[in-house]
Amino acid sequence: MNNGQEELLLLLQKAQNEFGYLSEESVAELAKSLALPISDIYGVATFYSFLSTKPLGRNVIRICKSMPCYLKNCQIIIDTVEKEIGIKPGETTPDGKFSFQLTNCIGACDKAPAMMINSDVYDDLTPGKISEILKACK
Amino acid sequence: MPQKLIVLRNCGVINPKDITTYLDRDGFKAFKKAIDELTCEQVTEEIKASGLRGRGGAGFPCGLKWDLARKAQGDEKYVICNADEGEVGTFKDRYILERDPFTLIEAMAIAGYAIGAKKGYIYLRAEYHHLDLLTDAIKQTREKGFLEHFDINIREGAGSYVCGEETALMDSIEGKRGEARYKPPFPPSRGLWEKPTIINNVETLMNIPQIILNGAHWFNQIGTDQSKGTKVFSVSGDVKKPGVYELELGSRLKELVEDLALAEKVKMVQVGGATGKIIPYEMIDTPLAFESILGAGAVTVFDETRDIVDVVYRSMEFLAEESCGKCAPCREGTEVIVEILERFCRGEGLEEDIEVLQRLASAMMLSSLCGLGQAAPIPVIDSLQYFRSAYENRIQKN
Repeated sequence: MNNGQEELLLLLQKAQNEFGYLSEESVAELAKSLALPISDIYGVATFYSFLSTKPLGRNVIRICKSMPCYLKNCQIIIDTVEKEIGIKPGETTPDGKFSFQLTNCIGACDKAPAMMINSDVYDDLTPGKISEILKACK
Repeated sequence: MPQKLIVLRNCGVINPKDITTYLDRDGFKAFKKAIDELTCEQVTEEIKASGLRGRGGAGFPCGLKWDLARKAQGDEKYVICNADEGEVGTFKDRYILERDPFTLIEAMAIAGYAIGAKKGYIYLRAEYHHLDLLTDAIKQTREKGFLEHFDINIREGAGSYVCGEETALMDSIEGKRGEARYKPPFPPSRGLWEKPTIINNVETLMNIPQIILNGAHWFNQIGTDQSKGTKVFSVSGDVKKPGVYELELGSRLKELVEDLALAEKVKMVQVGGATGKIIPYEMIDTPLAFESILGAGAVTVFDETRDIVDVVYRSMEFLAEESCGKCAPCREGTEVIVEILERFCRGEGLEEDIEVLQRLASAMMLSSLCGLGQAAPIPVIDSLQYFRSAYENRIQKN
């Protein structure tokens, strides 16, 4: 068992939660402390969609675009969020408040369309609900 | 046929935040019976005799898996619960974990005893981070003294569909990229950190305590010849009552979709998520069982307004995104299928495309490393079989 390797994903998740992304410095530090090549660390960091090597906003909005949400017209939710916060999927607002992503099935298909903001799930969405949900974000 | 509750028997009945409500429902009686009255071998034999098969989609006989791990030599062994429910349209495990975490914990403790493991992991998908009651349920179980010889850790995923594949999942627990491994060796001989490991879906494990308490014969009477017990289905899409339903195996798709979920004007149903089989309405009487259609129980319903080519295109787009990239047939194949289907969506299909799709599909099914690439072409093949004209109408004429 390589202890350094086992710790890697846990530590990346920890760093992601703490700093909101995996900076070059934190990756380099991890490489040193776990005695793993930097390339290995990036290999893992870029594999998982919840890890990011670019700075993300304080609130990461992930709207589900998979089939059940698609059938319940998630596009209108995507359009509404786009309009409310003025950025497109893949972008972060200049004030660092929001990042906006499209994601695959989050397991809320019985209450589609659904999205996540950080770890919280919001389901049975309608365009009308969006502005209130976003207003509550700090 | 009404619902039959084995897996969901405690859901909505017990308080998932209070172990005493679970103890009042025979909680941990099966565990006590196993360790006080049965040898490890008797436990695995009971599970074998029950005919229980894996509920994550592959349907491997559970008792056989346990028995292989029990017999395998190893100073350390592991029990893993696969709670990486990433299949599109599946949410039954979330539903179960929210309502009855204790049965799962009891089942894992029984599994630990049966194979001689001291440590278990629940691999929970990142999207289910909000299910923190699971951590508390493990803590309460520990405090009651049921986890003295076997402890359970939760490992969270970090956003990856392919990590639901058992060997990719183990690589992820080991802190690596979640890529499927070459098999053999299979997990019961060399799994997590090369040690004997059993890895079972949430729903598979949920059956264990009832089997131990009521006996293999009781379980064996339920279901069909090759599919024993019940199955929990996640129904979504064009239905009036989306949700989780548990039916005896062998029940008809029609009962689930029309009688329980109240679908109307159904055009087709996809059973098994993004890589699931497509069932046209004419075949709505198909029984739900391993010998016909099942998968992990994701049932997505499409009404007459839906466009089959668009549906298949979106499924393939998802699979191309989630392919881990380790083997070429899956990595390249999914991309090429997306490219061709996108052309059809625009009404610019080429005459030779249909044949190319079929050739590519059979190559991927034969040569992909894991279930993702092997099953990815299924919706393409099924839709070409049942809705061929939808493709032919979009071939560019000039």
